[in-house]
Amino acid sequence: MSRIWKSQFKDHHVTDEALYLNRRQWMAGAAGLGLGAIAGPALAAPEGLEPNSYEDITNYNNYYEFGTGKSDPAKYAHTLTTSPWTVTIDGLVDKPGDYQLEDILAKAQIEERIYRLRCVEAWSMVIPWNGFTLASLLERAGVQSGAKYVAFETAARPEEMPGLRYPVLDWPYREGLRLDEAMHPLTLMATGLYGKDLPNQNGAPIRLVVPWKYGFKSIKSITRITLQEDQPFTSWKDANHREYGFYSNVNPTVDHPRWSQATERVIGAGLFGSRRETDMYNGYGEEVASLYDGMDLQKNY
Amino acid sequence: MSDSTSATPGLRDRLTQAINQGARRVPTWVLYIVGAVPPIWLFIAGLTGGLGVDPVKAMEHQMGEWALWLLIAGLCITPLRRFARINLLRFRRAIGLLAFFYIVGHLLVWLVLDVQILSQIWRDILKRPYITIGMAAFVLLIPLAVTSNNFSIRQMGARWRQLHKLVYLAAVLGAVHFVMLVKGFQYEPLIYLGVVLALLALRLPILSRRR
Ligand code: HEM
Repeated sequence: MSRIWKSQFKDHHVTDEALYLNRRQWMAGAAGLGLGAIAGPALAAPEGLEPNSYEDITNYNNYYEFGTGKSDPAKYAHTLTTSPWTVTIDGLVDKPGDYQLEDILAKAQIEERIYRLRCVEAWSMVIPWNGFTLASLLERAGVQSGAKYVAFETAARPEEMPGLRYPVLDWPYREGLRLDEAMHPLTLMATGLYGKDLPNQNGAPIRLVVPWKYGFKSIKSITRITLQEDQPFTSWKDANHREYGFYSNVNPTVDHPRWSQATERVIGAGLFGSRRETDMYNGYGEEVASLYDGMDLQKNY
Repeated sequence: MSDSTSATPGLRDRLTQAINQGARRVPTWVLYIVGAVPPIWLFIAGLTGGLGVDPVKAMEHQMGEWALWLLIAGLCITPLRRFARINLLRFRRAIGLLAFFYIVGHLLVWLVLDVQILSQIWRDILKRPYITIGMAAFVLLIPLAVTSNNFSIRQMGARWRQLHKLVYLAAVLGAVHFVMLVKGFQYEPLIYLGVVLALLALRLPILSRRR
């Protein structure tokens, strides 16, 4: 399973980011960064997975609470108050309640995970996240036996989020996972990227990252996590159930009705950059395909 | 409204006159030169990193949006003349042809820089309704572009005016294409569609007979 986060970077990639990636070694284990402690050894990417620049990652975002343009979040998300931050964990858990972000982070093992993010709009980029597994958080809250799904909710603050004025979606933004997906070791709660605090446009202060699903499943700025028996309400499915399913696993053989999912544009490749073929489960099939054994993926898209 | 019947021209009439006189002094070729600047600028900006992280989508969207502006501008000429007595008729051909060239540019960005893969291009044209509709709009405009010259007007006579009414349909399809391609519920494309439909409504006999 370590294939996903083992291996190294090409050293010709001489940018600030490359410097960061080299320094990771000594940063590993160093406290601070407002991220809790970074646990070593730092985890890296499969061969050839070269992260996009910090610039790319923080200026090309879908975060409709701040506008529908890709650069709107970078322009407007600074208004979001991310501290103090509380995550309510409720539903079928032993220890429901309001969890302060500092308390969550104090006990979290922060790791680096370099994942490809594949958007449902058929583009992708590679992001070096810092975070901890959702499983570790759910274990702290104590998942009860009746729980089958996990529901998530993004903050909805009209005074801080100009996009809420428009009924693009039924706010607040909501997402969900099946419990086994949520407990999977690849499923991350990210609190940083490139070793820095998560920028607001990327979902500060805490967001989900599920690398084998389309990006919209990886809900940002989470304020509530609910363990429940029924399949949760999910915003995009609600907006258009023919186009967005509950699972939304990356699958090149099931097209979105309005565009093909067979290939993806590589963000950062420039004007003449070419497309790459989309991988089943975004390349994480070895780890996650068994979660969907026996399911009809054409129906459960 | 009845300013024009009074002996001394009102402000509105003087303004209209000034616009009409000013417009007469602008040679139409100026529009082609000015119209060529934005796409060239866009391309250079895309090459030099000025269009942000995803220059291909930025170009695709910008060319599409400008093309729609130009189609709308073209549809404004007749109502402006009829209802405001502003006569920009001599620029209509240039505006229409520029709209067509911008759509060609928009299409080329999609073909060459975005999708690239020939088999996927065909599949998209046939399978994706918003692409099919955009493509239909483009195809409808080809005969109009080809006949946008004095020779064709002379040759075709009354049929020329009939043929060029296709632009109404193309503009509606272009705006519908925009409505269909956005995610979630968004106002912007609906506003464009509304503007196009309003400009077409002004041509309905009930309204155009007003004067
Ligand atoms: C009358 C003709 C057309 C008009 C007026 C038009 C207009 C537009 C507009 C306004 C946009 C959105 C711009 C934005 O988001 O700001 C757009 C996007 C787009 N158009 Fe067109 N278009 C036309 C024809 C075509 C054709 C012929 C094709 C290709 C076959 C095409 C493919 C696209 C694509 C791929 C997008 C971007 C979709 C995305 O967001 O991924 N269009 N167009």
